Amino acid sequence: MNQLFEMTALELACAIARGEVLRDDAIHAALAACTAHGKQLNTFISLTSAAQPDQSVSPLSGVPMAVKDNICMTRSRTTCASRMLEHFVSPYTATAAEKLLSAGAFCVGKTNMDEFAIGSTSETSYFGPVKNPWNPEYSPGGSSGGSAAAVASGQVWYALGSDTGGSIRHPAACCGVTGMKPTYGSVSRYGLVSYASSFDQIGPIARDAADCAAVLDIIRGHDERDSTSLPGPYLPLSPQLTGEMRGIRIGIPDVYFDQRVDEPTRRALLTCADALRERGAVVEPCHADGLENAVHAYYVLACAQASSNLARYDGVRYGCRGSDAHDVQELFAHSRSLGFGREVKRRILLGTHLLSGENYETYYRKSVAVRQQVEDTFRALWQNYDLLLTPVLPAPPPKLGQEVNDPVALYHEDRYVACANLAGLPALSMPCGLRDEGLPIGAQLIGPRMSDGTLLNAAFSFQQETDWHRRHPPIFGLGGDAT
Amino acid sequence: MNWEIVIGLETHVELATQSKVFCGCSTAFGAPPNTLCCPVCLGLPGALPVLNKQAVELSVKAALALNCTVTPVSRFDRKNYFYPDLPKAYQISQLYAPLARNGQVELPGGKQVHIRELHLEEDAGKLHHSDDHTAIDYNRCGVPLVEIVTAPDLASGEEAVAYLEQLRSTLQYLGVSDCRMEQGSLRCDVNLSVRPAGCSELGTRTELKNLGSLRAVRLACEYEAQRQIAILESGGQVRCQTCRWDEDARRTVPMRDKEQVGDYRYFPDPDLPPLVIGDDLLTRLRREQPELAHEKCRRYAHDWQLSEYDCSILTAQRGLADYFERVVALGAPPKQAANWIMGQVLRRVSADGLEVEQIPMTAHALASLIRLVEDETINRNTAVEVFDATFTGGDPVEYVQAHHLEQTDNVEQVSTVVEEILAQNRKSVEDWLAGKEKAAGFLVGQAMRALGGRAKPALVGDLVRQLLERERS
Repeated sequence: MNQLFEMTALELACAIARGEVLRDDAIHAALAACTAHGKQLNTFISLTSAAQPDQSVSPLSGVPMAVKDNICMTRSRTTCASRMLEHFVSPYTATAAEKLLSAGAFCVGKTNMDEFAIGSTSETSYFGPVKNPWNPEYSPGGSSGGSAAAVASGQVWYALGSDTGGSIRHPAACCGVTGMKPTYGSVSRYGLVSYASSFDQIGPIARDAADCAAVLDIIRGHDERDSTSLPGPYLPLSPQLTGEMRGIRIGIPDVYFDQRVDEPTRRALLTCADALRERGAVVEPCHADGLENAVHAYYVLACAQASSNLARYDGVRYGCRGSDAHDVQELFAHSRSLGFGREVKRRILLGTHLLSGENYETYYRKSVAVRQQVEDTFRALWQNYDLLLTPVLPAPPPKLGQEVNDPVALYHEDRYVACANLAGLPALSMPCGLRDEGLPIGAQLIGPRMSDGTLLNAAFSFQQETDWHRRHPPIFGLGGDAT
Repeated sequence: MNWEIVIGLETHVELATQSKVFCGCSTAFGAPPNTLCCPVCLGLPGALPVLNKQAVELSVKAALALNCTVTPVSRFDRKNYFYPDLPKAYQISQLYAPLARNGQVELPGGKQVHIRELHLEEDAGKLHHSDDHTAIDYNRCGVPLVEIVTAPDLASGEEAVAYLEQLRSTLQYLGVSDCRMEQGSLRCDVNLSVRPAGCSELGTRTELKNLGSLRAVRLACEYEAQRQIAILESGGQVRCQTCRWDEDARRTVPMRDKEQVGDYRYFPDPDLPPLVIGDDLLTRLRREQPELAHEKCRRYAHDWQLSEYDCSILTAQRGLADYFERVVALGAPPKQAANWIMGQVLRRVSADGLEVEQIPMTAHALASLIRLVEDETINRNTAVEVFDATFTGGDPVEYVQAHHLEQTDNVEQVSTVVEEILAQNRKSVEDWLAGKEKAAGFLVGQAMRALGGRAKPALVGDLVRQLLERERS
């Protein structure tokens, strides 16, 4: 049985296709792992009933996976980890999820997350925090903590997450798995509950780059139902994973390698750089002016858009409805006070403030200008480099319950990852080390728009050279027990 | 003290598209509640807007016909506020870069009304209030609206109505909207203030809503102007507020202080790319623009010498103008065609409860009926009888033949009768011979009567003259 868990998603799909493994066995293994770890890690909000997967043939047919609970599916609730949508069942399935189901994926359930994807610790969930599989006292990162933890603990072979300001890459790094936010517009947002429309993207979290590429090959593509969807062309990513890195130039921006990055992270990143050099890439420090304010602009724009995107939750048509309201305004206020958690309320109020009156000019419009500057800075970097290498976070994830009272400190930690969202760039996190206390460290690669193939190939190449991505937490699979 | 009334109008027009502006739901009127909805127009989690191209075309058509400058790259913005009929808690509209600007409408009489802007936006749902609850129907939510804002150029309720009639006519002609106030496809809000005559500063304005008809617009303007004047004349100040027009009480009633409406926190909608209107589209739409009502009026007057009154009736609705032009194209004299249409046709349209697009008598049939009268096959009275009989179907020519309604042009038959008449009216013959012209007319009339009115008057007249001339010699 443990052999099943050791396989990557692609390996499992091959085994199923060759008849070496039965689809049902894989499903039962997944459900067994969910049962074993479910309560302990709190990775899932809903487990779906064991419906038979589509019999279609694809490189991932029959592989059990999970979907973050802010991605709509008809066969389960979509709660966004919020009391506001605790009982909400969507009448339609998101395009990305639909594509996977049509490709024979089996969805085990919907994963836990920060409420409405707002947060970086997966602690703000109405259904309780997710725990890091490597050490349950720690946060698994966020906001796609449930998806990352489910993959890291072997409950599923891959999962869908969403990334608005690092929410795939951050938990991937904290959980020692590979996670990618694709080029903005390359995966349809139709059915992804909007947080910040300009930045939201659905992406894969999996064991390695090859699995991520396989998932992206299925979910990428133009979608008429999403007006921000890129027309294409979409060249398949999997064939681009050759492992060839000669001639690839990778820059390490000094702004993201400053004294705020702690020693273990720094060492892991430098070792990562060495490994990439072993594979033939040129890796060197580089200087970039104009990225320091990226995270500030990101937060202004994200909060503002969130305040608008979350306004529809008013208790009128669906969702949590407050009682004892004497008029419509009270109905709205009671429903939203009851339905939303503290961090969500904080962001909504911030966003409302940033759009009000003169603040629109002072903050929002100014942030739009900064965003343009950030895009220009990246464009200048791409003159000299194919990819950039940075940390994902500068320190270990917080212990659960630790930093909830200092939100701004947490916001600042997003500076490594939020820049890619701001500029619509593809970016991934791959495991590149382990701390003394047993928590994983991740390295981020960022590339120009539509360089998703180059990015994944670099990670694939790194993963040929190293085995961090094959390390598992002690509870992995069924905890080391033989069947 | 002489006072000036200053009025600006904000008009919302529902576009005549098949589907809503950001999703594929039908825009049909009168469906059972909440049956024309989908995740997008209901604002369900994860749903996204997709722009309806037909809505863009109709908006641009309207903009061009109103002489606006079309913005090459316009954008959609979110107007954020909470209300139960607004599922996303924001309306997708255009503020910072509207679709078109700086147009104008000319009123009859020559006054120019400047149009500040024209933009595209989505409609909200409808609330139905009962004693103990309010029900919401989202069928209308997402229907495309074009908002047209004028400068404060109108000086009276009558001018406001004249502008709206012109606007309605233009938009109906273009097929952009059916502009029916009673169905809500044309809605108008009035911004009104007063100031001493000759003063250039604007007074404090109020906004008037809930105007369900052109008459209500006129009455509300008149009432509100008087109300404001009365306040100012007694030394008071007009409060800036929104007022509802109470149709029954015939007065305006304050709704809320305009200050309290609050900040809509407009920002560009990140779900929609900028709207690019290319030159190709503009060229094509300009080329396809039909002749508008006032252009037809000018042409009818110039080419056919129809009166202003006749023109205005005929062009009031495009369907009627098209019908009239088809009848003329088939050979009917314009004046005759105009008379028949304004008279008998509209009479039947009204009596039978029809729309002008539903006139059952084909242009061909009406044209041939008119021809029958012109060449004196039948007289006017008979013609009306034939019209009523064939209005809903049937060929006038066949009907006349089948019922033997023709005026005879049988010379022998008519001569015989004329001879008898002359024989029976020797006095009149003597009178005519003595120089009294009128006597001939009398004899014609008598002959016509004897023939039961069923003879070509010209023929009878000729024969009377001939026989009279024979008497002379």
